[in-house]
Order: sequence, then C-alpha cells, then structure tokens
Amino acid sequence: MTSASINSGGRVFAVALALAGWFVKFVAVVLVIATFNFILVHAAPGDPAQVIAGQSGASDEKLLAQLRAEYGLDKPYPIQLANYLKRVVTLDLGYSYRQQRTVASLILERLPATLLLTATAFTLALLSGIILGTLAGVRAGKWSDTLLTIVSLLLYATPVFWLGLMLVLLFSVQLDWLPAFGYVTIGVPMTTLQRMGDIGMHLILPAVSLAAVYLAIYTRLMRSSVLDVTHQDFIKTAKAKGLKQGRIIIRHILRNAMLPIVTVAGMQAGALVGGAVVIETVFAWPGLGRLIYDALLQRDYPVLLGVFLVMSVIVIALNLLTDTIYRVIDPRVSVRAAS
Amino acid sequence: MNRREFAKLLGLSATALSGIPLGVTRAVGQTKGGTLNTIIQPEPPILVTALNQQQPTLTLGGKIYESLLRYGPDLKPLPGLAESWTVSPDGLVYTFKLFPGITFHDGKPLTSEDVVFSVTKVLVETHARARGTFQRIDKAEAPDPLTVVFTLKAPFAPFLNSFDCTTAPIVPKHIYDGTDFRKNPANAQAIGSGPFKLKEWVKGSHVHLVKHEGYYRKGEPHLDEIIYRVIPDAASRAVALEQGKVQLTQWTDVELFDVARLSKLPNVEVTTKGYEFFAPHFWLEFNLRVKPMDDKRFRQAVMFAVDRKALLQRVFFNLGKVATGPVSSKTRFYEKDVKQYDYSLDKAKALLDEMGLKPGADGKRVSIKFLVPPYGEIWQRSAEYFKQSLGRVGIDLQLENLDLAGWAERTSNWNYEMTCNLLYQFGDPALGVSRSYITANIRKGILFSNIAGYSNPEVDRLFEEAAVATSDAKRQELYTAVQKIVVEEVPIAWMVEQDFPNFIDKRLKNVITTGIGVHETFGAVTLG
Repeated sequence: MTSASINSGGRVFAVALALAGWFVKFVAVVLVIATFNFILVHAAPGDPAQVIAGQSGASDEKLLAQLRAEYGLDKPYPIQLANYLKRVVTLDLGYSYRQQRTVASLILERLPATLLLTATAFTLALLSGIILGTLAGVRAGKWSDTLLTIVSLLLYATPVFWLGLMLVLLFSVQLDWLPAFGYVTIGVPMTTLQRMGDIGMHLILPAVSLAAVYLAIYTRLMRSSVLDVTHQDFIKTAKAKGLKQGRIIIRHILRNAMLPIVTVAGMQAGALVGGAVVIETVFAWPGLGRLIYDALLQRDYPVLLGVFLVMSVIVIALNLLTDTIYRVIDPRVSVRAAS
Repeated sequence: MNRREFAKLLGLSATALSGIPLGVTRAVGQTKGGTLNTIIQPEPPILVTALNQQQPTLTLGGKIYESLLRYGPDLKPLPGLAESWTVSPDGLVYTFKLFPGITFHDGKPLTSEDVVFSVTKVLVETHARARGTFQRIDKAEAPDPLTVVFTLKAPFAPFLNSFDCTTAPIVPKHIYDGTDFRKNPANAQAIGSGPFKLKEWVKGSHVHLVKHEGYYRKGEPHLDEIIYRVIPDAASRAVALEQGKVQLTQWTDVELFDVARLSKLPNVEVTTKGYEFFAPHFWLEFNLRVKPMDDKRFRQAVMFAVDRKALLQRVFFNLGKVATGPVSSKTRFYEKDVKQYDYSLDKAKALLDEMGLKPGADGKRVSIKFLVPPYGEIWQRSAEYFKQSLGRVGIDLQLENLDLAGWAERTSNWNYEMTCNLLYQFGDPALGVSRSYITANIRKGILFSNIAGYSNPEVDRLFEEAAVATSDAKRQELYTAVQKIVVEEVPIAWMVEQDFPNFIDKRLKNVITTGIGVHETFGAVTLG
C-alpha cells in the first residue's frame, strides 16, 4: 500500500465521521426544537375546540368533548409530547382534524406558491441590492450615492403592507396594468403557457413589495462593505499594478465585499419557507405564511408544529449551504473553520 | 394601455394572456348562466355544514346543502326540500312531504330515509345548536320515500323554525351511515343536494362551485358557477369590489367605515336585509359573580351611562338599531313596552351613589377589567367607547386584548369581569334568547351559555312555558312578561342590533329573498 492511498482512505473516514457527527447533531437539534415548539404552542391560552365553538355561535359540552378527543387533547401533556416526538422521529407530520387533511399535504400544497414568491423577491432583492450597493460604494460621496442612500432608507422605513396597497392603487386600480390580488385567474381554461404568463402577472406586485425591504438592507450592507474593502492595501496594490477599474471592482472588491451579504442572506433565507404573512394577506397569495398565521389563531397544533419543524430543518440545511458558499467565495475559510 | 397590452410590453409572452378575459365572462342581457364571483373570509376549515357551523362554512355550505324549509324575512316557513307540511293540533306530530325527484350531487336520490338519518343520527351527534332541538324527537319515521313524520316527546314551539339549511342540512345516508362522520373521507367532496356542487377547492385561494344538473327545481340554478375567493385583507376586498372583481359581499367582508364610501359605487347597491334569522345582538356582558356587578343598580347605571345612539352612529356607522332588551326587534315576540334607559349620566351617578359606591380622591368609584374580543375593528372601538363612557361616571375599565382562543377560554370559564359579545337569535327566543338567561344553561366552559351566571326562577319558568306553548298569542304573552322582568334587572347590557351590509352588483337579481339572506341556496339568483 502506498502512502497516498492510506492518506485518501483516512480522509474518506474523516469525512464520513464528520458527516455522522453532523447528522447526530442535526437530529438532536431537531428534537430539541420540536420539544420547545410543543411547549410554546401549548402554552398559549385556549384550545382549538374553544375556537371552533367561538366561531359557531353555539356550543355545548358534547361538542367540546368530541373535538378535544379528536385532537388528542384529552390526554395528559407528557403523553401528547411523547406521541408527537414519536411521530417526528418517524417523519410523520401528523393530521389536521380542523382541515381534515394530513399536515404534509397542507404544507406541500402551499409550498410552491410561497417559494415562487419568496424566491423571486429574494433573488430580485439580492441581485439589485448587490448592484446598487456596489454602485453606491464606489461612488461614495457623489450625488448618485446620496440618492441611492435616501431611496434605500425610504424603502427600509416603509411598512410593507402600505407599500403593497399603494402599488395596488397605482398599478391595478388607476392604471389597470396588473391584477390586484390572487395567484392565478380563476375559472378560465388556459394552456400551460398562458397559465405561466398569468401567474407571472400576478407575481409582480407582491414580489416587488416584498423585495423592497430586503433590497434596502442589501444595498446598505453592500455599500458599507464595498467602502471597507476599497480602503484596504491589496486594492491599492491592484491599482498600482495598473489594473483596470472594472476588473478591480469585480475580481477584488466584490469578491471580498460579498461575505457579509452571504451571512445575512443565509440567515434571511430561512424566511423563504416561512413565507411573508403580511404580503400574502394583502395580495391574497395562497402561501405558507397565511397557513401558519391561521393555524396559530385557530390553535391548529398539528399544522403549527408541522410547519415549525419543516422550517427548522430547512434553516439548518440552509446554514450548511451558507457555509459551503463561504468556502467557494473565500478559499481561506477551511472545512474545519466552518464546521 | 390596459392589462393585456401591458403584459405584452413586459414580454410575459405576447400570446400568453390573449385568451384570458379580464372581467365578467359573459355577454350582457342573458339571464341564464354566468359566473358569480364573491368573497369568503375567513376561509372555512371544511364545507360540510352538518359538521362545522362557523360563519363562512354556513354561508358557502348553504349552496351545497339544503334543508326541508326556508324562511321569509318575517321568519314564516316556506317550502324547501319539503313541498308541504302539517302539524297536529297537539303540537306533537310534524309531517313533511318532500318534492319528487330530488337527487344528491352523486346522482343518488334523496329520500325521507336521508332526512330521518340526518336529523336523528348525524345532527344530534355533531351539531350543538341542532342537538338542543332534535333531541326532543321521540320518533322519526319514513312511511314512504317522500314522507317524513317526526313525533316529539313534548310540544316545542320553535320546532318548525329549525329546518333552515344552517340548522338542519340534509346529508346522504348512503355515504355517512355506519361511519365516523367527522373522519369520513367523503367530507372532502361535500356531497349535498343543493343547486351547486363543489368542483374545486384550492386552499388559501378559492372555492369553485358549479351547477348541479339534477337539481329538482325546474330551471334552477340559473347561474353556471359561483366562485368564492379567499381575500384575507379588508383593503384588498374593497379594491375587489371597486374593480368589479367580485359582485357580492356579505357579513364583515366590507369594514363598516368603508360602507359609506363604497355605497357610492355606480354598479352596486347595498342592503342590510337578509340577517333576520340571525338578528345579531351586540351587548356588554357582566360577570354577576363579581362585585359590584351582582347589584342590579350597578348594571342599570351602566345602561344609563352609555350613550347607545352615539355608539351606533360613531362606532357602527349607523348600521343597526339601538337594542332595547333581550329580544331583537327583527324577530317575533319582540316587546317594545319595557323600561327605557335613556342616556343620563345623572341617573347613573345617582344609582351608584345609592349603592354606596362613592368616588375616591381620583374620581374613580371602581376599577373593572374588560376583555376585548378579537373580532375586529368594531370591537376594539366599542371597548374604547365603553371605557370613555363609563369613565365619566367613575367606573374605570382596564382593557385587555386577547386572541380568539384566549378570549373564548377566559369568558367561557367565567374568568372575566366584563366583556362584550354578539349573539344570534336563530329565529325564535326559545332557540337564541333564553340560552343567555336561564339557570339550567349556566355551564362552565361553554361559550354562548348563560356565562353571566344570571338566575331568576320566575324568568326560568316564563321561558320554559313559552318554549312549549302551542299558540303564538300565549307565547307572546309569556315573552312580554319575561322581557319586562329581564330589562328591569339588566343581567346583560344590550347595546346594538347590528346590521351587516351586503353589496350586490346591480346585474344580480334575487340574491336576498329570505330571512337567512346570503346563506340561501342561490338557485334563483340570476346575473344579467
């Protein structure tokens, strides 16, 4: 056996060990989160049976007892918790008696609309934030920088529901260019192509409204990050070497200035699955955010817990992805340092 | 530039939207066919009205599930699934004759067996409100496919008022017999016998109903389809109405502060009719177990201290009427000759002084916690109005906000001092009124019971006798007597008979024709 093969065998083993360790941590974190979720959700006063009675205008003992038995709420909390964790381990998200559907199907049904909206808004915000922030950063102190700073501050300070409503007033009510709400035109037969175009039209206003706030954050962050990097020695060196301005910005400044953006974007990406309750409400967008909000008000525990669990898993996965992106952008970040 | 041209400009495919119409999809002038777009909010959990009686479920489910009778604006019975009916002179035997040729949405016939099954097996098991009435049935028989005979254990006057589609929806026996009703997978299809059947329900977006071809009433339904859109934001709902994207609104779809503005739209008209069966009564609820609310004089002082006309004008935007007592003036057996509580701070103060409840150095006589129910804008504003009004006579209200689950938990378990509430009258005092006053209905943990804890043997007796009396004259006499007593004792401070606006597109006809209004089947509704 050559020393090279021993080496590579050792590396495979090390990676496998790291993965196994990571998996154990992952499962432990998920279980702890699931327990916390359970306790939090049940700490709120009232229960689903009371909500249903409250919205029906009439109630009696039998109805409450039936509903509580159906939800499994007639059992003591430790047993309910044990049952819940058992389901989590077997990857069963449970059943919403309120909606008469499995939680998994409810989430899957809402996920595409949510991902379409949040991913579009996120991409829009990230790309334009990086571009605008860089522009502002390299022109620091000039009028274009001042203008961008004012606009991004204004966007940041604007309540998102108000912005959404104003966009509706302008583009739907006044100009009639875009639909005011909804996901797709209902009750009209369409070809796939037409349907895609139709969804695209419905997507514009909510995506732009949602992107506005993030856009402001990324622009501000990118600007200060670019300013930081611009004053460092290696940029002076690059200039002294006679490199062109465009190449300096793209190869040297941008690549180094990106790290804080990736950090923040990675953290905010968790919100992608959480949806955007406010925007989904204003635009009647059938996303996960509204599902969570409704479930909370109705004390629909299985749905709440299911969504929380899925979100926490995705956030953990996204964190891992962020770490990987660090390494691609900045080779100085090693596997060890990141893990 | 309109929406289609704008889509082309954006390059969202020049052809993509060319085939999609932008407004109502049908030529003007037709009365047959067409699509009604309207709103449903909040989104119902399921559509089977026998299993869930939340407001939106009942509104939407009224198109899918029908019952034996309908009720006019005066709450007198009209034919529904039953073509005719008779009541025996002793008030014990009710015989209904069904229309021939009624079918469920799956094509199977609806017979008297389905009616007996729905009433005696399903509803007494699943429907809290119906249970109170239908458990009084001794015998239910189906001598032939079109005849149903109910024999009661004892006379119950409002029995004939309990066959509207929200109280007694008829479900198919062949689907539910021998199953666990709440877990039956067929609940997702919502098979009823109404003029419209469920085509598609995209959760969070819309419910799409289409015509039931086998509907038993000739020529009905006129509409081809109804689309209920879920629009959670009030401002977006207003835009939808303004743009003509929806042709009908109901209940709280339009916020009361928007009613005056939207009434000016040229293409719609507004009516507050069609809520007579529900006759929602808005009131202040005391916990009579807590001092000083156990004293009649304190409660009377509250009645004198709140300017209810101003409340109606400023908070309810005049949508409603000042309530004078426990029975709504929109329903039968209302008595207007009762003690009057005109707005008078002096009378209120005098009563409080007489009780020995003197103001302290800071002008406050007593401090009371007030739970604000989470039903929206009106409720918050009302609570603030009560705080100001009662503050003027030295009653200091401490407002506390909760969400629905929290509020329901606290009030139903008597863990409150004061709150406000809205109760429906359900077409008869024995169904919707007595429940808040009789001793037998003081039940901890149950919403809409006698949560105040009021108890008066004379009131119990009068309500009980009125419920079983067989002549309307006798019932009126008993209800008049009980209203006089209750208004004097003020176990609840009645505020407003609340109205709800329906905005109706002028091309729609026959929308509000009965006392249950927007919950009606809509078989007769036309567009054009």
